[in-house]
Amino acid sequence: MNRPPATLAGVLARVPGVAWILGLLVIGFSFFSRDFLSGPNIHNIGLQSVILLILALPQTMIIMTEGVDIAAGAVLTLASVVLAWVLVHGGSLPLALAASLATGMMFGLANGMLVALLKMPPFVVTLGTLGVAQGLALIVTDGQSIVVSSDALQAIYNGEIAGLPLPLAIGVAVYAVSHGLLYHTRFGTYVFALGGNPEALKLAGIRADAYLIAVYVLGGLMAGLAALILTARMSSGHPTSAIGMEFDAIAAVVVGGTSFERGKGWLFGTLLGVVAVGVLRNGLNLLTIPSSAQVACIGLLVIVAMLVDGLKGRR
Amino acid sequence: MNFALSRPGRFIGALTADLRTVGYRLAAALLICVILTVASDAFLTANNLLNVLRQASLLFLLASGLTLVIVTAGLDLSVGANIGLSACIAASVMKLTGSALLGAASGVGVGLCIGVANGLLVALMRMPPFIATYGMLWVVHGITFWYMAGTTIYGFPAGFRALGSGYFLGVPIPVYLMFVFLTLGAFFAQRTTYGQEIYAIGANRESARLSGVPIARRLILVYMVSGAMAGLASLVFLARMNSAEGDIGEAFTLPAIAAVLIGGTSLFGGVGTVSGTLVGALILTLVLNGMNLLTLDASWQPLVTGIIVILAVYLDTLTRKRAEARN
Repeated sequence: MNRPPATLAGVLARVPGVAWILGLLVIGFSFFSRDFLSGPNIHNIGLQSVILLILALPQTMIIMTEGVDIAAGAVLTLASVVLAWVLVHGGSLPLALAASLATGMMFGLANGMLVALLKMPPFVVTLGTLGVAQGLALIVTDGQSIVVSSDALQAIYNGEIAGLPLPLAIGVAVYAVSHGLLYHTRFGTYVFALGGNPEALKLAGIRADAYLIAVYVLGGLMAGLAALILTARMSSGHPTSAIGMEFDAIAAVVVGGTSFERGKGWLFGTLLGVVAVGVLRNGLNLLTIPSSAQVACIGLLVIVAMLVDGLKGRR
Repeated sequence: MNFALSRPGRFIGALTADLRTVGYRLAAALLICVILTVASDAFLTANNLLNVLRQASLLFLLASGLTLVIVTAGLDLSVGANIGLSACIAASVMKLTGSALLGAASGVGVGLCIGVANGLLVALMRMPPFIATYGMLWVVHGITFWYMAGTTIYGFPAGFRALGSGYFLGVPIPVYLMFVFLTLGAFFAQRTTYGQEIYAIGANRESARLSGVPIARRLILVYMVSGAMAGLASLVFLARMNSAEGDIGEAFTLPAIAAVLIGGTSLFGGVGTVSGTLVGALILTLVLNGMNLLTLDASWQPLVTGIIVILAVYLDTLTRKRAEARN
């Protein structure tokens, strides 16, 4: 159980990897593009990164249990489609959000049960549920966008709380809750143990399976919540809107220093990783590099981060 | 199956066990055929059956290399993206040079390079295979989209197109390719030292290492084969479609993995055959073909393939648990 201390000194000692990447990206982009460090652009990076953050935080915990959820992007897409569908068919926003959260939760529950109870390998299981979620999204929408004109939904994206844009406020709240869960509850301790030494949990008489399922359910719920912001931003539910977004999330987690193999995780690192991925995408956008090439850059970023992780582990 | 060559008696036992697993699956495929014959008039026609065989052969070409990777307890998630890039590069080279041969060589070459990159990441950098190939998926995907920039390349020489849409003695040419590579694959896996070492790595890597199997080199080899087979499959697909776009590989990853798993290859390594994968590809194609004939929209395909993958992994896990309980 390698639980990093949540003290300032402990945090500072572990910053370098991600901070280096982030620092280099910021310096590089501000050098190449004048608009990069402008107020509106920074605001923009924040707004764009919120969905990623909401996906990446539970993904961090899942990866810490030596699992992964590659269905997250497809589940987010399906939840967004469901949310839009409910709104278009006359449902209220709270009802639509409930439906979206329920969709996410069901997929989280399915993933968790398949992994925890049936002991199936997480990568392939979530690849299967990815297909299921994507298929359902295509079937519900018939491949078309569901366009929503809802003032309540618009207010979610454009609203403010105490000067902070509402999506950012949601992001901050999700981070605070995740931090509390992981570092200050028994649940969090067990998440660390699930990756580090699940056998010890069982010997201690703790229902490890239930906690493992809970981690995946949390991931599903967060995908449902992220669907609210995504649908509000696009004013529609589209059957491929967030396909592949789990890759950005996993990239952020890995770049942030969470390891796939040793049950080591770090929530603040994920936050920095999310900002790094957001900055990378935004900066490449400003340099008018197409989003397809951005994906390749993020892929390279992950492989480099994994290499560094692997080298560190061998020492 | 593991270490079957150590004793002749065991080898025969293992062979019959293999035949049995393939036999069960062939029976399942036949059952699906019977159901579809009853359910749809359009199923039992020469045209439709040849169509099924042709689609299954493309899937098999892609999944055969993947089978070897999964036998080593690895995974190659980049095969779909690999098809996309290989096809686009092959198409583009063919357009530029006007030579089908150069185009085909570059397609297989690109696939092979992607495979080698995967192998290096897995074998030398010791990255978990699914992460390495998942990252590679997006890198390759990104490069393909960036390279194609939304354009389509179409119209290839007739000689090249025969590879995907030609017939010989009334049977589509890809079907011959399927049987050629089935024979090669089965021979390689069952009758060569390389093949046996690959099974040994999957069954127990530590004991394989202690018996002197060069793990890193064999791992690079299987990922290379998987990449090259994806490159070859991309040629057949390209020849069939007669056009290349950036997104053509997307739909292949899940079916390829499904075909391998239905074919009885275990994700936990050490167990599986190329012939099983052929039957797996056949079963999956039959199911998708049946859905098509029963006028279920194409949107249903990822859903059904996803469920099939989950079921196959479940059976695999169950079998493994039983085997562990027995030992």
